[in-house]
Amino acid sequence: MADKFGILAKFDTPADIMHAAEKVRDAGFKRWDVITPFPIHGMDGAMGLKRSWVPRFTIVGGTTGFIAGMSMIFFTNAFDYKILIGGKPLFSPFFAFPVSYELTILFSAFASIAGMFILNKLPMHYHPALKIDRVAEASDDKFFLYIESEDPQYDDTKTRSFVEGLHPVEVSDMEA
Amino acid sequence: MASASHHSQDMRPAILDEVDPVDIPRQPCVANDRSFNWITEKVCGIIEEKTPTWWWVCFIIACCTASFTVIGLAYLTVTGVGVWGLANPVNWGWAIVNFVFWIGIGHAGTLISAILCLLRQKWRTSINRAAEAMTIFAVVCAGLFPVFHVGRVWFAIYPGYLFPFPNANAIWPNFRSALLWDVFAVSTYGTVSVLFWYIGLIPDFATVRDRATTKIRKIAYGIVAMGWRGSNRHWSNYEMLYLILAGLSTPLVLSVHTIVSFDFAISLVPGWHTTIFPPYFVAGAIFSGFGMVITLMLPLRAVYGLQDLITQYHIDCMTKIILATGTMVGYAYGMEFFIAAYGANDFEIFAFVNRAFGNYAWAYWIMISCNVISPQFFWFKSIRENTTLVWVISLFVNVGMWFERFVITVTSLSRDFLPSSWGYYSPTVVDIFTYLGTFGLFSVLFLLFLRFVPLMAMAEIKAVTPQADPHHH
Repeated sequence: MADKFGILAKFDTPADIMHAAEKVRDAGFKRWDVITPFPIHGMDGAMGLKRSWVPRFTIVGGTTGFIAGMSMIFFTNAFDYKILIGGKPLFSPFFAFPVSYELTILFSAFASIAGMFILNKLPMHYHPALKIDRVAEASDDKFFLYIESEDPQYDDTKTRSFVEGLHPVEVSDMEA
Repeated sequence: MASASHHSQDMRPAILDEVDPVDIPRQPCVANDRSFNWITEKVCGIIEEKTPTWWWVCFIIACCTASFTVIGLAYLTVTGVGVWGLANPVNWGWAIVNFVFWIGIGHAGTLISAILCLLRQKWRTSINRAAEAMTIFAVVCAGLFPVFHVGRVWFAIYPGYLFPFPNANAIWPNFRSALLWDVFAVSTYGTVSVLFWYIGLIPDFATVRDRATTKIRKIAYGIVAMGWRGSNRHWSNYEMLYLILAGLSTPLVLSVHTIVSFDFAISLVPGWHTTIFPPYFVAGAIFSGFGMVITLMLPLRAVYGLQDLITQYHIDCMTKIILATGTMVGYAYGMEFFIAAYGANDFEIFAFVNRAFGNYAWAYWIMISCNVISPQFFWFKSIRENTTLVWVISLFVNVGMWFERFVITVTSLSRDFLPSSWGYYSPTVVDIFTYLGTFGLFSVLFLLFLRFVPLMAMAEIKAVTPQADPHHH
């Protein structure tokens, strides 16, 4: 058998996995995760996760988009090739607004999506959690929790008995 | 629901004890208390089963219909825009009508995915995927018209009729024009809609990947699933992203049809130059889009047996939105007349009298009957519960909204300021075939979507079932 990645426990209901996650959090584990077919309301709190950083990407993207829109319009219509139409000003933030507004949204969307992928380290087509056949159930109707062997508190026998104490349906080892 | 009322017990206003309001039970979004596994099997079953015969029949018919658009556009490109029925004074005809029609159809998809998400309308989960697909395909159909109306389509890209591409002559588009705003609005809308749709699909693609039995399916769905593994650390960022995209798409969808209405509203043509246009266009867009959602979803519900996922409650919600927006559109039609009369501008008054009683009165009254009268039937529960009637009324809504754009565009132009230049506009056979073909194009795309992409957002539906609540007992 290859190196051990961690210990995997399977649960049947959202309530069971939530209570288990609270106990793992309180036990002070750092490198562990919960795998669920859909986001469970309240699980972030049960795992002790902080608020997501995705909005920080959004604000950077949105600001960039707005400035890019305004400066593009200034550059093209008022600087590079002045287009004078009906004596109207060469540049005004008012006529430049609709396009800049759209670009704000476009860049915000790009940045937020990039942010999600970067923070989640996706695409990652290889992960020990994807290797175990039973985990396929996690995209259907079962709920899993694993504690990695890299966790500072990890101890083969102690952690295993701790996981068994969470009342899972079954417990198994994960290969790296 | 249970916990919410529990919390509010302390802050309960005293008046409630006296009047004793009826506790309205919340309708379940999935009927018959189906399990998570049942949802997976049902939705994945659609793309995993052998391609049904009806699919091939529909697909071939759709391809044949779509070829009309291909031929129409090819003929236009090699011959010139003269093959369309445009002539003075009506220089905007079916092309803009079809463009606004299709863009409007798309708006319900974004409304369902974004605005209803922000409003926490849980019933959206079983229709949002198909509605978003509808949005994207509608934008594809819409985009054809502005791109091809320039005739020499290659100029649309370079040297930048539509997009500001750097070129040797330093010719840049004029950013004072609403038509250019439209380019940015529609292309942003298309892009963000595709991204939003795809982000929603990632967890479902992972489910399909995990169930795949053949190597090709496993690899193909594996690539598009981006290695999603349902980790809650991922869900946390994912949910935040989804919320942000909903928050971004909401002002986006409202701005897109607002800007589309600016194409008309910032001109000086009587009947177009009105400030009511942005909200009126947005309401009309949502109205027509929900019409199309019902037109598509009711047959699918029957064919695939999705009655437990698209329940009567969903149909009620959608028909009520159609009723509300249809009535808003009716109000806008009335208000246009009132403002014309109240504004005491002769040209404006003439434009509206001409709309209702002039040479295009037939189109105006088709519009009124389809858009204002037909949705009023949805006041009655017995009609909302009759799926055949609901479907027929949704067709009327689609027809009516096409006529609305026709009425706005053509009646105003055909009778402008100078009686000497008045004219009567008729489409040519090329106009008609090109438009007819877009329904084929839309159907081809939608049928491919049915075969290869999970029709419903499984992860989201599971999350709104009662058993998904960790406090459920």
